[in-house]
Amino acid sequence: MDGRAELSPERPLVTVARSGSKRWIAAADAKARKAGIRVGMPAAKAQAMVSGLQFVDADPMADAAALERIALWALAHYSPIVAVDGTDGIVMDTEGADHLQGGEELMLSGIVNRFHARGLTARVTIADSWGAAHAVARADGRKTVIVPKGEIARFVEHLPLSSLRLPSDIVASLRTLGFRTIGELSATPRAPLTLRFGPEIGRRLDEIHGRLAEPIDPIRPADVIEVSRSFAEPIGAPETIDKYVTRLVAALCQALERQGLGVRRTDLIVHRVDNSIQAIRAGTAKPARDIAWLTKLFRDRTEKIEPGFGIEKLSLVAVMTEPLGETQKASSLIEEEVADIAPLIDIIGNRGQRVYRIVPVASDVPERSVARIAAMAEKTGAAWTLHWPRPVRLLARPELIEVIALLPDHPPVSVTWRGKRRRVSQADGPERIFGEWWTRSSEFDAVRDYFVVEDESGERLWIFRSGDGVDLATGSHRWFCHGIFA
Amino acid sequence: MTAARDRVISDLKHRIALLEGNAGKRSGCLAFGVAEIDTALPGGGLAHGAIHEFAGGGAGTVDGAAAALCVAGIAARTRGQVLWCLTRPDLFFPALVQAGLHPDRVIFAEADREQDVLESMEEGLSYGGLGAVVGEVVRLPMVASRRLQLAAEKTGTMGLVVRRWRRQVEASDFGQPTASTTRWRVSVLPSEELPVPGVGRPRWLLELMRVKAGECAEFVVRACDATGRIHLSPGPADRADQAHGWESRIIA
Repeated sequence: MDGRAELSPERPLVTVARSGSKRWIAAADAKARKAGIRVGMPAAKAQAMVSGLQFVDADPMADAAALERIALWALAHYSPIVAVDGTDGIVMDTEGADHLQGGEELMLSGIVNRFHARGLTARVTIADSWGAAHAVARADGRKTVIVPKGEIARFVEHLPLSSLRLPSDIVASLRTLGFRTIGELSATPRAPLTLRFGPEIGRRLDEIHGRLAEPIDPIRPADVIEVSRSFAEPIGAPETIDKYVTRLVAALCQALERQGLGVRRTDLIVHRVDNSIQAIRAGTAKPARDIAWLTKLFRDRTEKIEPGFGIEKLSLVAVMTEPLGETQKASSLIEEEVADIAPLIDIIGNRGQRVYRIVPVASDVPERSVARIAAMAEKTGAAWTLHWPRPVRLLARPELIEVIALLPDHPPVSVTWRGKRRRVSQADGPERIFGEWWTRSSEFDAVRDYFVVEDESGERLWIFRSGDGVDLATGSHRWFCHGIFA
Repeated sequence: MTAARDRVISDLKHRIALLEGNAGKRSGCLAFGVAEIDTALPGGGLAHGAIHEFAGGGAGTVDGAAAALCVAGIAARTRGQVLWCLTRPDLFFPALVQAGLHPDRVIFAEADREQDVLESMEEGLSYGGLGAVVGEVVRLPMVASRRLQLAAEKTGTMGLVVRRWRRQVEASDFGQPTASTTRWRVSVLPSEELPVPGVGRPRWLLELMRVKAGECAEFVVRACDATGRIHLSPGPADRADQAHGWESRIIA
């Protein structure tokens, strides 16, 4: 405790591992790395290199416990198949689960942001094989990397041998032989390497290129509700899978009911005879314990299950649960029953579509006055307070138009938009909207003057002039079309 | 004599309804509240448990603004949540609020493909308990429309399809037959004249292009008010006529 109290963020910090009388650097912060300290360096050498270096004893037990906590957290949030990968990472199989986070890219940046919010740094890679993701995450400098399908070779060929998960003595011997990168090693004939170093190198190379299956042995929290069914004969037909999924859901709901819980995330884990695992994750917008509802969510996607040589075990795991009490339904005699549409939202959402509601935001700038929220969020009851008509379609970005107008505050006489010239027969305006100087300093003087113009055929457009028509500091005085009225 | 004939006709009508297979599931109609339009529709309004197609005319075939607002006005007058399925999220909700549709009532399902929009619509229609299901699509094939119609008939939910095309010339697709119960075209007309310069209440030419067991009709209406209702426009069909009338009076 005393030693920790003296730590200062200004000075470089390293942790020191020991074995017997040998002490070496286990981890170093950014400052220490900048000063030239590398992981694995003897502690005495580091001390000699950098003055004012701070040492903390490494605690591998606590590190492992923390890593497991992170893995359990990831299990509930991201993927059904999560395992601790070595001493410094976790591995997840996110196939069939990324849609709940809005796709791979959003999922990866979301993970990094969540760690960042806690003051931690994380590097995340998604790839076809465990080996490739492991290597790229550790050796590539970027925070998030997506290795496209079938492009592993291109991403890993320049990576150093140390990211190949080989024992350190083999790596050292390979370095002596002149190998530097995974690409060089892959291009070398396999037989002499195997003769000299054993089968380990070949196996790791095959794993990194995805030629050899490497099943992840997922962690399971102790108190999770799980029902499973093993088959004497492997099953494979979709109808059979459907049948057993229905039975498992019924059993799971029974188990949940005993504990008064409802599920938010449920995983269907398919164990195939070749010892590989496939998982399907279904999320619900609120705690659910309804057999028909959950069955529908899984049945929707049973065609995605690849039985391969056959399925020997199906298990259904309630990963994330929330208390779900019995509620009394409103009597239809007194008030109108409002249909609960959460199951419908789940069905559409689990198919990978974006389901949302729109709420008002207190902003005068039209494109900032709407925001998306989760479909099942509490009803706000709020709506826009508007005195002027608003267009039904708002263009994604205002389009430059040519107009003939008398400055400063007359509506245009004619408008040319998308190559079509229209004579304005009626117009309303201007409605002046000021920039939000309290959020963006660049909008300190900005002004938009909106007009509703109607042409002779009755088409009504929402156009604006950037600027107040007098002072060029308020805008460029160019005209834009921003919306289409009904 | 006439009484006997009426009885026979009503008996025949009843038997035909039985053959059509949805006699027991008639879930009523949503009246426009405009006598002229409601009489043109069998049942006196837009049938619940059916698919109704709306498209724009002219430039509206691409932006579908008037069609969307007309649909929003109808959805606003139904009861319960509304599922709005689309691929192009360019709808500006404040305008829909001005047609009486509260943002809490509308759940959007945004898909990347047209096919997914139709799937979500079918899911919403067969779920039951929704007020209306709206979908914005380019193509509505016969098979898809029949599936939607059947799903709507089963639960009594109203399905509203807004057709909008990528280019104006593609709108000839609107002539292709579908299984929807009614088909409408909403085109913008010059707004109502005000005694002062300015844009008055918008007016639409509402064409009932196809209706099962009914006849085509067209109406000049004033666009949705704050409760989603449309009203028949008392003025003549377009301003050219009006100008002419005014001129002739001067000459006289």
